[in-house]
Amino acid sequence: MIIGIPKGLLYYRYEALWRSFFHTLKIETLVSQNTDYGLMAEGIRNTADESCLPAKIYLGHVRSLAGKCDYILVPRFDGTGKNEKLCERFFGMYDTVKNTFPGVRLLDYNLSSKGLHSEARGFVEMGARLGKHPFVSLFAYNQAKKTQKEQQAAQVRRQKKRLAAEGAKILLVSQPYVIHDTQLGKPLLQILKDLNITPVFSDDCDAAECVKASRKISKQLYWSMNKESIGSIPLLQNQVDGVILLTAYPCGTDSLVNEMVMRKVRDIPVIQILLDEQQGEAGLQTRLESFADIIAKR
Amino acid sequence: MPQSVIFTFPRLGDYHIVIKSFLREIVPAAHVIVPPPVTQKTLDLGSRYSPDFICSPFKVTLGNYLEGLEQGANVLLQTGMGCRFGYYGEVQEQILRDLGYDFQFLCFSCGQARLDRVYAAMKRLNPSLNPAQFAHALLAGAKKIHMMDKFNRYMRENMAFEKAQGSFLRLQSNLYEALQKTNNISLLHQTSGAIFAAMNKIPLETPQRPLRVGVVGDLYTLMEPSSNFYLENELIKQGISVSRMMSVSFLFLRSNARSLRGAQGYLKYTVGANGVDSVCQCKRYAQMGFDGIVHMKSFGCTPEINATPALQRLSRDYKIPILHLSFDTQTSETGVQTRIEAFSDMLAMKRKAQAASAAPAFGKGERSVGNA
Repeated sequence: MIIGIPKGLLYYRYEALWRSFFHTLKIETLVSQNTDYGLMAEGIRNTADESCLPAKIYLGHVRSLAGKCDYILVPRFDGTGKNEKLCERFFGMYDTVKNTFPGVRLLDYNLSSKGLHSEARGFVEMGARLGKHPFVSLFAYNQAKKTQKEQQAAQVRRQKKRLAAEGAKILLVSQPYVIHDTQLGKPLLQILKDLNITPVFSDDCDAAECVKASRKISKQLYWSMNKESIGSIPLLQNQVDGVILLTAYPCGTDSLVNEMVMRKVRDIPVIQILLDEQQGEAGLQTRLESFADIIAKR
Repeated sequence: MPQSVIFTFPRLGDYHIVIKSFLREIVPAAHVIVPPPVTQKTLDLGSRYSPDFICSPFKVTLGNYLEGLEQGANVLLQTGMGCRFGYYGEVQEQILRDLGYDFQFLCFSCGQARLDRVYAAMKRLNPSLNPAQFAHALLAGAKKIHMMDKFNRYMRENMAFEKAQGSFLRLQSNLYEALQKTNNISLLHQTSGAIFAAMNKIPLETPQRPLRVGVVGDLYTLMEPSSNFYLENELIKQGISVSRMMSVSFLFLRSNARSLRGAQGYLKYTVGANGVDSVCQCKRYAQMGFDGIVHMKSFGCTPEINATPALQRLSRDYKIPILHLSFDTQTSETGVQTRIEAFSDMLAMKRKAQAASAAPAFGKGERSVGNA
């Protein structure tokens, strides 16, 4: 049996957890290829035109996996507690995929703040659908959790190394599925590299610390992933030279949260860069170069 | 209170009537500024200070606040939950503060949207407020909302067929006038009896099988008619009976579980805010044999976009045409009008084609004219 994992959206947050869970259960996984132009175009063809670009790309990944595996993992998330929610996009991802590709077999679990939908329960149910005993699934889940923690610790270590580097450093505040996507964030990273700027990633910070720090910018914010990304600004603003808010059109949560950041964060240069499906790299290059100049002058 | 309280709040359909009398009852010393009807000026003001790709309700309500503040308001009310709407308050407050306005912002969003919080906030504005008074104001408000929603629902469904033009609108203005006059619950009961009796007596010329259209979508675009260019009135002018379940009463009484059951086969989980209601209502309209459905949302509304694939599948399965409309502050009224006219023409043509193909003895001859 092969489980397909689309390399988009929450893959960048839960990669270690998912892979390790299925690995312990001795189930083969197949992660879709890196995003390229063709895959993005395929996704755009299959989604409502107002969906955000990462969601369109995600549909492209699902499409590319169809027929190559027995199940495709498309979980449904709404949040982990009171005031800890995810973007509504994730509420509806399972049903969006299901209704767009009715023939594809999906494997899902529900992470909800309502009722008894803890993560462990979701994984046990998922295991049951694959014919695994609850204890076996629970064991695999615990293993996976450990792997996830190790990976997070490794990320924090990587962060320290980057912060210790010489030269200009820019904090990239972004959803992980935007900055780490080969079609969206990679061209930007390449330009930064050419400019000899060290990128510091918001998702490499300790999540709990970020959530706490985010209260300095916004008290009522209830999107967990946004708290984690913007919380990195108060945490690191003395260690970096500038902040880039990287977002993809039309991100529902960033539309408000980035506005809040730009109004509240005053003592460090901040720019917002909006990526869309028609982006040309020349415009991106100009903006980044001028931002680098501003930082150098300070 | 060093200065007198002057309330303002965002407009939503005709509900300002109820909100105004509610506020007047619990804080009698206060003035209430009902924001002027939404005009191009409101949109221009709101969009000038709003983030780029936020949904249009944010821009319009910000415009409402700005117009209210210009008239001297100093206490602003906001609520919201379910989607981005819940986070509007904090950002709008920040934008208005950065513009230099001085005001008190009462935001009952998400976890704050509780009656005890409202009571506590109002008690601060009016120290002599007591729970009984508050409860009475709430009950009167609820009764008024119920009356308005019941009347308007009947009106949407039947106004296209009134014998004497304007009879519904006349009665509606009578109703609104009565609602403004009193907060006395027993008096409201009497009025409600009289108005509904008069409503049922309005002479109608309903055809045997009228064209029926259901309207679904996000709550703001559905309930604030200026944000959809009075689409329902357009449909009514074309002689169509319009059904819309969304209303403030609906929002208070809805339940996710019930809507999810209604959307069975098309949604497994809720998709945020009222997305699941759209699918549930759409399925119900399809089963009731409606001629078409209009799905409206503000541009970029995530829950409604989540619902869209399910709606498209419903449209294919039940062969019911759905017109998807998306509104923002840049939408052109003419464009929307053309699409609505084309849609209602198409529905009428479909009806004719059905009648023609049903005439021969064979079967029902279900024919689809495609999705709009």
